Amino acid sequence: MNAVYVMWIRQLKRYSRSRARIVGSLGQPILFLLGLGFGFGSIYQRAGQGNYIQFLAPGVVAMTVLFSSVFSGIELIWDRQFGFLKETLVAPVPRLAIMIGRTLGGATVAVLQGLIVVIICLIAGFRVTSVGALPMMMVYMILTAILFTAFGTAVASLLSDFQGFQLVMNFLIMPMFFLSGALFPLTNVPRLLEIVATFNPLSYGVDGLRLALIGVGHFGASMDLAVLSALVVIVLILGGYLFSRIQL
Amino acid sequence: MIRARDLVKKFGDFAAVKSISFEVERGEIFAFLGPNGAGKTTTIKMLTTLLKPTSGSVELDGLDPVSQQSEVRKRFGIVFQDPSLDDELTAYENMDFHGTLYRVPRKLRQERIALLLNLFELWDRRNDPVKQFSGGMKRRLEIARSLLHTPRIIFLDEPTIGLDPQTRNQLWTHVKKLNEEEQVTVFLTTHYMEEAERVAQRIAVIDHGAIVGQGSPDELKRQTNAETLEGAFLALTGSTIRQEDASGLDQMRNMARAWRGSRR
Repeated sequence: MNAVYVMWIRQLKRYSRSRARIVGSLGQPILFLLGLGFGFGSIYQRAGQGNYIQFLAPGVVAMTVLFSSVFSGIELIWDRQFGFLKETLVAPVPRLAIMIGRTLGGATVAVLQGLIVVIICLIAGFRVTSVGALPMMMVYMILTAILFTAFGTAVASLLSDFQGFQLVMNFLIMPMFFLSGALFPLTNVPRLLEIVATFNPLSYGVDGLRLALIGVGHFGASMDLAVLSALVVIVLILGGYLFSRIQL
Repeated sequence: MIRARDLVKKFGDFAAVKSISFEVERGEIFAFLGPNGAGKTTTIKMLTTLLKPTSGSVELDGLDPVSQQSEVRKRFGIVFQDPSLDDELTAYENMDFHGTLYRVPRKLRQERIALLLNLFELWDRRNDPVKQFSGGMKRRLEIARSLLHTPRIIFLDEPTIGLDPQTRNQLWTHVKKLNEEEQVTVFLTTHYMEEAERVAQRIAVIDHGAIVGQGSPDELKRQTNAETLEGAFLALTGSTIRQEDASGLDQMRNMARAWRGSRR
């Protein structure tokens, strides 16, 4: 347990000290919110769909959590490169505890980033249906964060350098984001896109967040929760397995 | 304290370590010397549970690193060839992290950290982030950290690489002092022969995965009719320069170094 705790607290300390990272990682969500939100707002309204910022904000929050989590997971490559990983791997603690601690730490950071973006959305004019929505929002954020941090860790366990990182970002993470329903409603999209979105884990995080925050959803709350929870378990097991196989 | 018998490690067809046997006594300073790519680090990895031997047996303090991994890990401290500190954390936090990971009780942990940081002359800088430290300070911190959980053995894999003579000198003085005061067994590798000669009671020379000479520095010199340990080393291992391919990791480190350098 103390291994999980120290790994967790380490991630938080690192996060709280890197102001550049906190500010830097908010640039993208703000850009999406302002650029897309206000840019497409009138078209969206004219199409009879209502307020686009309302629709987009949960997607942008999900995006923040996605990128922050995957990045935290991938940071493992950084630890390997700068050697710190070795310090943890020769310690008399199970590797699974180290992996879980890392993942929870990274997920906590991602949730914090997500919350900052929620506040930014509120400032930009986003309105939550009720304050009672917030606990459910936290549940979806936490599940999404754990899922993608564990995913990042699993991927990073397979990569030994940053060259593969671009590949992962451009061929996995970006498509996951764009094809998730974060930016557009999944109703009335071409059949193929709908199928892709159905198999996209992020779709359920986006959908859950939107359901919690503005009461509009595509898959339904029980489906979102079931899919996310199942994936968290699967990816944690997979990540734990791949992490335990790292050779120095 | 350490006993290796017919130890073999193969990576595919390539035998990195070919049936080596040696023993290190309790409280001894033992130097493991060899050219690049001779199998030193592979051997250390097998002794420290990071690699499973292909065949043969290893014993550390009477325990088997393969089957009693966790117990063995509590008994040794290690300073790796390349740095393993968290640069974003302070010196004290790096120590505290280690102590918690090794389950050193809080009170003892605080005492040991103060003792070791003072010993290695880092106490005044304990609250500075490690990224502000010089190479020598980082090395000292790593050695201090490796001793925090009061191990019986410490492994030092080329600990003085890239350090200036003053720092190297001071570092070995500390190591010798610790060896005498805390009765820690020291297993070290280095490319500096005069260091090995100065601190090590016994030396094993490894080349192409096999041990080619073993004994005290004087014994090795006598066996090879050499004046110095360097002469003995060259007589045992020949003078051809070894090719060692940079691993992906090394290449990446170089890239990172170049990148960080250009930002400054």
